[in-house]
Amino acid sequence: MASVNVMRKVEISSDAVSVDGVALPVCGSGEAMLDWIYRTHVGGYPKYHKMDLLCKLGFIASELLLAGEDGRFVPRDDRAVILFNRTGSQCDDLRYLSTITEGEGYFPSPAVFVYTLPNIVTGEIAIRNKYYGETSFYLISGPDTGMMLELAGQAMDCGGVSSALTGWVECPGEDKLECMMMLAEKTVNFAD
Amino acid sequence: MTAVCAADNIISPLGWTTEENIAAVLAGRSALMPHEWAFGLTEPFVASLVDRTAVSERFGADAGMYTVFEQMCILSIREAVSAAGIDASSAALVLSTTKANVDSLGTPHYVPPADSAARIAAAVGVALPPLVVSNACISGVCAQIEAKRILAGGKVPAVIVCGCDVQSRFIVSGFQSFKALSPQECRPFDASRCGLNLGEAAATVVYVAKDRTQSGGWILRSGAVRNDANHISGPSRTGEGSYRALRHVTAGIAVEDLAFISAHGTATPYNDEMESIAIERAGLLGVPVNSFKGYYGHTMGAAGVLECILSMHAFDRGLIPATRGFGTLGVSRPVDVSAAVRDVPPRARGFVKLISGFGGCNAAALFLKGGE
Repeated sequence: MASVNVMRKVEISSDAVSVDGVALPVCGSGEAMLDWIYRTHVGGYPKYHKMDLLCKLGFIASELLLAGEDGRFVPRDDRAVILFNRTGSQCDDLRYLSTITEGEGYFPSPAVFVYTLPNIVTGEIAIRNKYYGETSFYLISGPDTGMMLELAGQAMDCGGVSSALTGWVECPGEDKLECMMMLAEKTVNFAD
Repeated sequence: MTAVCAADNIISPLGWTTEENIAAVLAGRSALMPHEWAFGLTEPFVASLVDRTAVSERFGADAGMYTVFEQMCILSIREAVSAAGIDASSAALVLSTTKANVDSLGTPHYVPPADSAARIAAAVGVALPPLVVSNACISGVCAQIEAKRILAGGKVPAVIVCGCDVQSRFIVSGFQSFKALSPQECRPFDASRCGLNLGEAAATVVYVAKDRTQSGGWILRSGAVRNDANHISGPSRTGEGSYRALRHVTAGIAVEDLAFISAHGTATPYNDEMESIAIERAGLLGVPVNSFKGYYGHTMGAAGVLECILSMHAFDRGLIPATRGFGTLGVSRPVDVSAAVRDVPPRARGFVKLISGFGGCNAAALFLKGGE
């Protein structure tokens, strides 16, 4: 069985960001903060502006995690994207719900509905980075790092997967951000 | 050690047990019906919906303590666990759902999916924290792949996989806004197909760890999840993720070993076309293909579990299920789809399940009967 090493880690709360434990100075809070990070540290990816808040959060975390990686954007299928939260796509679900009220307020939007699935964020990261490998989203009761790394490790034991973006991406309501994303790699333990 | 299917259950408008469901499917019965003003929606739709009163009555006295979604999961899990003869308290539970209790979102009674999973686990006597797979339409296959991985870890002797979704104003209006719904019963792989129907079901399969040499039952031999890396709501034009998943699970398997491919076959123009391309690219055009959507519609989180169970039981009867609604092939690659039930060829050892969903995700799983 392979053991899993955490190579890099990004943490984002509603008003603070750290990369490998070092605080990244930011402006604003919530979605405005994510947009500021996008403009300041990412840019050039107009799809970002279509994303819902959960996708923006996961996308920004993945960008900070992967910035400067050698060979980035070369198509690959040996990296999995395995993310977790408790409430799924609740933030966008509530937004969509407000478009389907009875009577004159009924105006369902496909552009909002498509984000009512939490795994869309894994797809957004796969599209951005040209990852053809496994993408998965799980709902668990809280950010249990051991459990998240165990599931990522299981995926790495299945052949063809050598690394994973994994961690907690949660957005239970507008401007409530909780994210801890890791780049985990498999190292073969010859003692096993 | 390998993951062997010990028992299963299906609850749907076609029956309360797998036996009732497979008998209905092989007899060509469908649960798809037109619905007007359901969920307060002005636009009519065709769907396969369970009778909520019947579910509550079957559930019994405590029904009021649980949501419809939870009642269906609990009923289905209890049946399967009882038939498997396992001790639920030492088993793991993996739930597959896309929207769980979204029908009550915005009310004080709303229970988020992870919390609902904990309530279901407690009701069926599972002690370990449950896991919920929320990977859009492929969740049911992903949940079974996760079960195989958990069993490979050797910490638990059995894994209960339950897939369930219930329909609501939320989901139906969303698919209507996408113009994805067919105004008639859906026609998978047909030239006149114009969209999908939605459906409701709960389906449970119990996997146990057994030595490869001992098992005589159905083995989940291999599973793969792959992304198109192309678009969040449209299938890849090259069938990229489905092709890669198929290629992975059929490596080393001869075409003659496979009785059929149970496709996603939603009957949307793009999905079925994409699957035909992926099947051709994987070198599997010689394998019969079927879709269950003409009987149940798209049951979302239940689909991947429901359709694997039906495939196992049809194979056990020596039959390849018919694709209800299919008439004239309407995809660009010559996939072998039939509106009639066919015989499983004598050499065949199993089948492949293929599925794809929003987020660009795709999954395939290879099931083999009676050892490897």
